[in-house]
Amino acid sequence: MAKTIRAIHCLNQFFGGLGGEEKGGLAPQWFEGPRGPGSLIQQLAADIAVVGTVVVGDNYMAEHPDEGAAEIVALIETEIAKDPALRPDLVMAGPAFAAGRYGMSCGAICQAVLEKLGISTVTAMHPDNPALDIYRQTLTVVRAGADVMGMREAVAGMVRVGIKLVAGEAIVPETDGTIPRGLRRNYFADATGAERAVEMLMRKLRGEEIRTEYPMPVFSRVTPAPPVADMAKATLALVTSGGIVPRGNPDRIESANASKYGEYSLRGLDHLSAESHQSVHGGYDTTYANEDPNRVLPLDVVRDLEREGRIGGLNETYYATVGNATSVKRAEAYGREIAAKLINVGVQAVILTST
Amino acid sequence: MTLTLHRHSVQTVTFGDKAGIAGGTLTVDPEALRDHLQARDERLAKIRIGLARPGEATRIVCVKDVVQPRLKKAGEKAGTGTLCVLDDVAVVTCGPIVAFQEGIIDMSGPGADTTPFSRMPLVVLDIDVSEGVSPHEHEAAVRSAGLEAADAIARSCIEAEPDVVETVAWDKSKAGSKLPRIAPGLPRIAYVYLVLSQGLLHDNYVLGRNAREGLPISVDPRIAFDTAIVSGNCVSACDKNTTYHHQNNPLVAELLRGHGTRWDFAGVVISNAATRLADKQRAAEAAVELVADMKADGAIVSKEGFGNPDTDLMMILRGLGQAGIKASAITDEFAGIEGDSQSLADATPEADAIVSVGNANERIRLPAMSTTFGPLPDVTRLAGGYPHSLRDDGTMEVELQSIMGATNQLGFSRLSCREV
Repeated sequence: MAKTIRAIHCLNQFFGGLGGEEKGGLAPQWFEGPRGPGSLIQQLAADIAVVGTVVVGDNYMAEHPDEGAAEIVALIETEIAKDPALRPDLVMAGPAFAAGRYGMSCGAICQAVLEKLGISTVTAMHPDNPALDIYRQTLTVVRAGADVMGMREAVAGMVRVGIKLVAGEAIVPETDGTIPRGLRRNYFADATGAERAVEMLMRKLRGEEIRTEYPMPVFSRVTPAPPVADMAKATLALVTSGGIVPRGNPDRIESANASKYGEYSLRGLDHLSAESHQSVHGGYDTTYANEDPNRVLPLDVVRDLEREGRIGGLNETYYATVGNATSVKRAEAYGREIAAKLINVGVQAVILTST
Repeated sequence: MTLTLHRHSVQTVTFGDKAGIAGGTLTVDPEALRDHLQARDERLAKIRIGLARPGEATRIVCVKDVVQPRLKKAGEKAGTGTLCVLDDVAVVTCGPIVAFQEGIIDMSGPGADTTPFSRMPLVVLDIDVSEGVSPHEHEAAVRSAGLEAADAIARSCIEAEPDVVETVAWDKSKAGSKLPRIAPGLPRIAYVYLVLSQGLLHDNYVLGRNAREGLPISVDPRIAFDTAIVSGNCVSACDKNTTYHHQNNPLVAELLRGHGTRWDFAGVVISNAATRLADKQRAAEAAVELVADMKADGAIVSKEGFGNPDTDLMMILRGLGQAGIKASAITDEFAGIEGDSQSLADATPEADAIVSVGNANERIRLPAMSTTFGPLPDVTRLAGGYPHSLRDDGTMEVELQSIMGATNQLGFSRLSCREV
C-alpha cells in the first residue's frame, strides 16, 4: 500500500541510537529513513513513510535551543533541496516522555519547523514535562507516559494526531489524547445550547458527574496602591476605557475588542468638546458622551482642580481604549504598558473612567 | 388556560398584490405594506422591502431585529388564547447603523452557518428615518415598524386554514399546596430568564413595559410564545436575543416538552440585567427568592449580552447555590481572537455547570455577496467589525460578534466552544 504521508522524525542521541549521556553534545545529523521509534511509526501507520531522521544531542539543544532548532530547519531544507521527494507533510519529534532536556529540544524543533517551514508538527510528552511551560500553547503535544514504558502508546498517539493534522482536522484534547493548549476554539455540538443546559442540569440533579463547558477562570487580584499622601503635590493622569478619542479617531481604535490604545495630548485644552473629541466605544449609547466628552474623560473639572491648586498638575497626555468585548488578556497588557509609561514620567495618581 | 398555535408552514415567499397564504406560499404586497407602515409613523422616511432566501448570495447589514409573524386570533391575556403563527419565515429590520451593535445576516457561505436566520426566507425592511430623528427615536421607529410589519403579514393569513393546530399545555403543579404534584418524584425545574435593561439603546420590553421596571417577575412560560418579550436593544449582534428568539425560546420549548414526564416545569422568572450594582444585587436576590418560592430543585439561567451581565449571571448562580438550588447556565465567551484569554468578566465557584455557546471574538472570513440590503460600509463600525474589515473586493473579516444570533445565550444554536 502506498504511503501517503511523508514524515521527518527528530530524535535525541539516545533514541537515535548514537549513544548515551556522553554523546549529549552531538550536533544535528541527518539519516535517511526511520531510526529507533521511527520504525514503530511506520509499523503503526500504514499511511506514514518516515523519509528521514534528524538526531541531535540533548545537551547541544539545551545549550543553544534557538541556534540548534535553526540548524535543524536548515538541515531539513538542505535535504529537501537535494531531493524534493523528501519534502515532508509532517515533522514528528520524540516522544520525549518526562525528560526535560529532550522535551525542550522537541519543543524548540517543532516550534521552528512550524514557524519557518509552515509544516505541521507533533510531539509527545508527559504532562509534567517542563517544556510544556513554554510550548503548551503553540504546539500539538500528545499526552505520553513518564518513561519509555509508554513508547508504543505515545507513538500511536503521535501517528493518530499527525494524520489528522495533515488532513487539516481539528484536534480535540479529550478525544485525541493531546495536552490542552489553553486555547478556546469554537465547534458545532450535536445538540443546541438549550438542550445541553437542560441535560446538564438533569445530571446535576441526579448527582451524576457533569462536565462544565467552561470551567471558571481564576481572576488576578490587584492590590490597591496606598492613598496619595498629598494630592496638592501629585501629578494626576487621566486614563479611560470609554473610547474618548480626538474626533476622527486618528488611530482607528476599534469599537469592540480594541487591538490598541491611544495616547493623546491635552496640552492647551481646558475642556473637551463635541467638536474636539468623540467616543468610538461600541458597548454603550455614546449620544451623551459625544455631546459632552468630559462626561467620560473629566478634563473640565480636573482643570478646575489644577487651577485651584488641589492637584499638583495634570499629565498632559491621556490614554484611551475601548473596553468592549476586549479580552482580559489584552486589557491586562494595555494596563501594564500604560502604568509603566505613567510611572516613567512621574505620575502619582490616575483617574480611570470606565463605561 | 390554554394556548393554541395555528401554525402555517411557509415554503416560499413571493411579492404580489394578493397578500396571504395559500399552499405554503406566502404572498406579501410590498407597496401596501410600505404605505401601511409609513402612514402610521412619519419618522420612517424611506422603506425598501425585499426578500432574502436561503442559499442566495445575499447579505443583510445593520440588522436591528428579527420578528416572526405571530398574531392573536382570540383571547386577550398573554400566553393564552389562539395565535396565528407563520413558521419558517421572519421579518428583518435593517438600515443605516443606529448604534454600534447591530448585525449581519448572510444567506449563504460560511456566515450563513453561524446564524439561524439564513435558514428561512426573510422579508427585509431596509429603513431610513427622517433627518433629525435622534438615535433613540430611530431605534423606536424601526422596532415598531418591524413588529407592525410582522403583524400585518400574519393578519393577511389569519383566515387561512392552519397546517397544524398545536396546544401548548402547561399544567402547573402547585408547590407546597395540597394539590398533588404534576408527577411525584420528578425534579422541579425553574427557568431564570435574564433580559438586558440598561436604557440608552439597551432596552427590552416585557408585557408591554420597559424591562427596567417591574422585574423580576414570575410568569407563565407561554408568554414568550405570545410575543410578550420584545427586543429593543443594541447589544452585540451575536448575543442579543431578538424578538424571534424570544418568540421561539428554546429553553421554554425544551422545558415544556419534558414537562410531566422527565421533570416538572415550575415556571419562569424574568429578571433584568441593570447597570447599577445595587440594582443587580436587588434583582438577583429577588429572582432567587422567586425560584425558591416555586420550591424548585433546579434552575436554568440564560443570559443576554456580555461584560457586566456576566455579573448578574454570577450573582444569581451564587444565590441559587446558597439556597440549595442546583443550577446550570448558558453563556458565550469573549476569549480573544486566538482564544487565549479568560472568557468572562466575572466568575463564581457556584457556576460549575456552564454551557458555552461559543467564543464571539473568533474571526470569520465572509465572501463578497451579489445582493446587499443596508449600507455595507457601516459594517466597519459594528461591534465585531474593524475599520479595515471590508476589503475592496467585497470580502470581509469580522468577529462572530457581529453576526445575528451567532452565540445566542438562550441556547438557540449548536455552536459551542472547548479548550484545544
